[in-house]
Amino acid sequence: MFANKSQTIDISNLCKSYGSVNALDDVSLNISAGEFLTLLGPSGSGKTTLLMALAGFVRPDGGSIRFGDREMITTPPHKRGLGMVFQSYALFPFMTVAENVAYPLKIRGVSKSDQKIRAERALETVELGGYGNRRINQLSGGQKQRVALARAMVFEPQIILMDEPLSALDKKLREHMQIELKALHQKLDATIVYVTHDQREALTMSDRIAVVNHGRIEQVETPERLYRQPHSFFVADFIGESISLPVTVAKGTAQLGERVLKSDLPIALGSGGHRLVVRPELLEVTPGDVPETANDLSGYVHDIIYQGDSVLVIVQHDSVGQINVRVPANRAGQIGLPSKGERIGLALHPEDTIIVPEHIS
Amino acid sequence: MEQVGQRKIDGMWLTVVGFAVLFFLILPTLIVIPISFGGGDFLEFPPNSFSLRWYESYFSSIEWMSATKISLIVAVMTTAIATPLGALCAYGLHCSTPRIRNTAQAFVIMPLVVPVILTAVGVFSLYAKLGLNYTLTGIVIAHTAIALPFVIVTVMSGLQNYDFDQELAARSLGASRAFALWTITVPQVKFSIQTGAFLAFVTSLDEVVISMLVSGGENATITRRMFNSMRDHLDPTIAAISTCLIAVSIGALICVRFLGSRGEVNE
Repeated sequence: MFANKSQTIDISNLCKSYGSVNALDDVSLNISAGEFLTLLGPSGSGKTTLLMALAGFVRPDGGSIRFGDREMITTPPHKRGLGMVFQSYALFPFMTVAENVAYPLKIRGVSKSDQKIRAERALETVELGGYGNRRINQLSGGQKQRVALARAMVFEPQIILMDEPLSALDKKLREHMQIELKALHQKLDATIVYVTHDQREALTMSDRIAVVNHGRIEQVETPERLYRQPHSFFVADFIGESISLPVTVAKGTAQLGERVLKSDLPIALGSGGHRLVVRPELLEVTPGDVPETANDLSGYVHDIIYQGDSVLVIVQHDSVGQINVRVPANRAGQIGLPSKGERIGLALHPEDTIIVPEHIS
Repeated sequence: MEQVGQRKIDGMWLTVVGFAVLFFLILPTLIVIPISFGGGDFLEFPPNSFSLRWYESYFSSIEWMSATKISLIVAVMTTAIATPLGALCAYGLHCSTPRIRNTAQAFVIMPLVVPVILTAVGVFSLYAKLGLNYTLTGIVIAHTAIALPFVIVTVMSGLQNYDFDQELAARSLGASRAFALWTITVPQVKFSIQTGAFLAFVTSLDEVVISMLVSGGENATITRRMFNSMRDHLDPTIAAISTCLIAVSIGALICVRFLGSRGEVNE
């Protein structure tokens, strides 16, 4: 067994079109060795096409894919040395669990006894030690996904690709598996490229997230920066909860109606006008006047919705319309929210004032 | 209560009609069996006496035996060619884009839709130029053409119930496409392939119209000889042969069922 070393992935100018549809539109992306990178986007955004191009199942029209310093664009899938996990698990139902996990080893000419040892070790890693003799149809959904994982990593690939591996699981199990997958990534020395349409999943697991839309990468960032500093309206809208208000931008300052907005964040360039993105939990409810340093979004309480862990207040702003504010339930009790029809002070601090272009340039 | 009773009567009617249809479907097939065991000189039902003389007449006739041999050779060769060809065609269509798939499917299914007599006349005129009439090669090619759609249709429907990601998974795990196809996909659509093979075999064995025109001389198939024999002198040997053909078909069906029930995994 050789020392395992995770690999970098360098994608440059990758293009793929199906008729008039650009599934991949000049995509460039550098993934560091050992990174957990998530391709996040709505269905049809091109994220799966990109993953399939990495796997070798989609032949790009142009561009380059390099693993480490090897060009991969013409390499067939079975010679790319990848582990891959599918949404449908794609386990072989006529083989036992152990036979499934040993399949990549068998192809690589590993001896029968080694196959057995390594398959069992991989199964132990995913907490399925002793399940080797089970049949696939005797497993639950979560167990099947673990077997698929074990099979994808048993031959110690330097890169593992995952195509929405958790989306067939129920919510509770999915959240549990997210934490486990993240922990597993720390144990394995492998670069992971993960595809999902679930923004929460992406935020939970990733080192960095690449937001994909219309075959292009809108932004690549760490989860926190992506959430706090989106570069486009699409990213801001797709990640997290928000409402947006049209603003005018001139000479580096944004105006909401008549009022100049104070913002510490850079305003990204783009086309189609700009919008102020307001995240409901980033607004501060102020009992008195809004401080001078913050942007004043005060209005009248339109409705109050109790949601267990938090209270959602829908505020009717004087000029811009409705704004949602989320207040943690315990804090709502402390400050004593105004009731329906009463005035409510809302402060949006400059460090939370996100202004994005409608379309990225 | 009345409604439940009414429903019971409705159910009974359905059963009766169902069995009646079933009965009329297989009756013509079954009636030749007692006829073949008759002792008289003509086709008669019910037979007046029991005898195996028509089987003896069939099995002792060099002509009948050689025709039977030709038919079996043609059927086996047709199956051997049409099955892998049709299965690969189905696989190819399954993997291609919907537009190509639908267009190609229309062509592939053509032999099923076009009246056989047209195909037969076409094949005959073409073979006349190529010198393939009355040859074993010619009849096998023609039978393969009409057997192919059966294989393609059954295998394609089998592939539709198969999770194709499995083959992609195998390939990403290090298997070449051919190896993944052979070790992962084929075992799981085995039953469809066997069914397709069975249909190809039976299609060839039972085929009359093309055989009438294209086969002949020493390469005449059993169906062609049976037709000629019926025209010249009708005797119960035909019934004995028919019974044997039915037995072969049912035997092949049982083989497929038996093989298919082993190792087939349905999730």
